This record gives sequence, C-alpha cells and structure tokens, in this order.
Amino acid sequence: MALQAAVKGKLISVIGDEDTCVGFLLGGIGEINKNRHPNFMVVDKNTPVSEIEDCFKRFVRRDDIDIILINQNVAELVRHVIDSHTAPVPAVLEIPSKDHPYDASKDSILRRAKGMFNPEDLVR
Amino acid sequence: MSGKDKLAIFPSRGAQMLIKARLAGAQKGHGLLKKKADALQVRFRMILGKIIETKTLMGEVMKEAAFSLAEAKFTTGDFNQVVLQNVTKAQIKIRSKKDNVAGVTLPIFESYQDGSDTYELAGLARGGQQLSKLKKNFQSAVKLLVELASLQTSFVTLDEVIKVTNRRVNAIEHVIIPRLERTLAYIISELDELEREEFYRLKKIQDKKKIIKDKAEKKKAELLAASKDVRDNVANLLDEGDEDLLF
Repeated sequence: MALQAAVKGKLISVIGDEDTCVGFLLGGIGEINKNRHPNFMVVDKNTPVSEIEDCFKRFVRRDDIDIILINQNVAELVRHVIDSHTAPVPAVLEIPSKDHPYDASKDSILRRAKGMFNPEDLVR
Repeated sequence: MSGKDKLAIFPSRGAQMLIKARLAGAQKGHGLLKKKADALQVRFRMILGKIIETKTLMGEVMKEAAFSLAEAKFTTGDFNQVVLQNVTKAQIKIRSKKDNVAGVTLPIFESYQDGSDTYELAGLARGGQQLSKLKKNFQSAVKLLVELASLQTSFVTLDEVIKVTNRRVNAIEHVIIPRLERTLAYIISELDELEREEFYRLKKIQDKKKIIKDKAEKKKAELLAASKDVRDNVANLLDEGDEDLLF
C-alpha cells in the first residue's frame, strides 16, 4: 500500500454544505471517477443522516482517498461513525462551515487529546 | 495479581546463569523501550502543539475563504450548480511520504498540482477577479488542511504507538523483572540451602570418622594394657607344632 501511495496521487474528499463544497471544488480538489462517483457530497438540511453515514463509510472504504474533510455541524450528525473510525488513513478533518463557527471542544481528535491537554487552555 | 509467581525452573547453577542473563536482557530492554517512549512523547507533544496552532489558523483561513465566496457570489451571481456539475479531474492531489520516528513510520501528506485548472474559463464573463481570489483562498485553505491532516494522522499513529510502548515498559517493569528477580532469589536460596546441607553432611562424616578412629585407638590401648605385647599372642608361623612329614 505504501508503495502504491507513493506512486499514485491520492484525493481529498469533502462532505459539507453547498458553499463549502463549491469552494473546495473551485480550489481544485473535485474528481469524478470512471463509475461517475464524485469525491464530494453536498449536505443540505433535507439530507437524511443515514445518507451521510453511508457516504462517509464509502469514502473511508475507497483507497484513493487519503483525507476526508467534513463540516463540523455535519460531523456532529454522524459523530458515532466518525468516532468509530480510528485508523490513521484516511485522515478525517473537521472544518468549520460558513454558518457554524469552529468549536475545538467538539473535535474528535482534540477530545482524544483532552486527557493530556485542555484545548481551551491552548487555544489562545 | 502475580504475588508469588516465579518461573518453573530447577534451581541449579546453570539455571541461575540463565536467569541472570535474562534479567540483564530485560533491564536493557526496559531502558531502551523507556528511551523510545520518551522520544515518541517529545514528538507527540510537538505535534499536539502544532495541531492546535494550525486548527486556530484554519479557523481564520476558512473564514476568509467563505467570505471571498460570498464576495464572488455577489459579483457573479449564483454559480454553485455550474461548479458542482462541471467536476471532472482533481487538480490538487496528495502524495504521502513516510517519516520515521524511533522506528514508527508516520505518513506525511503533501499536496501537489496535477493537470490544469478545470474552471479556467469560469467567471470570464463577470467577476473574474473575485473568482481567482476565491480560488486562491481555497487553494491555500487546502494546503493548510493537508498539513493539518498529516499532523493529525501522525497524532493518531503516535498516540497508538505510545500506548503500546508504555504498556510494554510497564509490563517489563512490573511483571517480568520482578518475576525474574523472584526466580533468581529462589534459586539462590535453594543453592544456599544445598550448600549448607552439604557442609553439614561433611561435618557429620568427619565426626563419624573421628568417633570410629577414637574407638579403634581406645581398643588398642586397652589391649596394650591387658597383655604387655599384643604381638605375643600371635602364633609363630614357624612354630606351629605339626608333625614332620617324611617320605
């Protein structure tokens, strides 16, 4: 796997609201593969939670994705799935969305670190 | 838990040497693992600090990016669907390299440009400047996020490895070394006991021999006292009084 990773460039995927997705796609990370599967998912307020879960799981299973960006408010909806993903690759990154400010205490990684550090102390 | 347990081994000199060598090995291993854990811990703290720093920075960058998106929308009109529909190939891809810290491989992600901009022509009609600014903002956000992702991956990996290493250090310190020490103490005590037994036996034999010798000596003296010469009693070999044989 390591060898393959070194040879072939991996993708970044996005799960988030429309504006976040559009922004990152303009940034140039979007790709649609041969099977017409995109590497992003637009979540609006009508998207059922199960669909987000399925999408997240699908992204985790795909071996051409190394980083999954997910809006923090979306991450909150599927928190249990994200917490059960403990492998280092793909890395799941929670990002703030346009209308939800970033809350460090909700981040699954920072919560893991909480035993050692208090995130509130370190975020000056 | 393991109150009195020791290795099931026969107490002998050979076993003692064996256990001594194993104890020395365990202590050496403990020292090395401890050093490894310390090295990992240093790296871990460094990464944790960086993660928190980058996360805060990310908040700023994302805010700016979202703002420029709003600006672009204001000038260009809604282009969300256009962008979402026209996805083809990724322009920014990730390469992963391996970094090595005390025998632990950490993946380091690195983004690179691959191919040309798919949306080169987007916004040519209106708001081109806003769009290019928006693209630049999001590209820098992606760069930052990739950096953050590699930090986070290292963090998760290191967290796991540190746990395992600490568990090993503690196991050696609190289970393996005490057990070996107990075994060694047991062997030494057994050997000492054997030695004492042996010593006692030797003493006992010496005593017995002395008693026997004393007895013989005493008997001799008694006989000597009874008749002047013990040797008188012995018949002369030449004077046995048998008839001469004549043929």
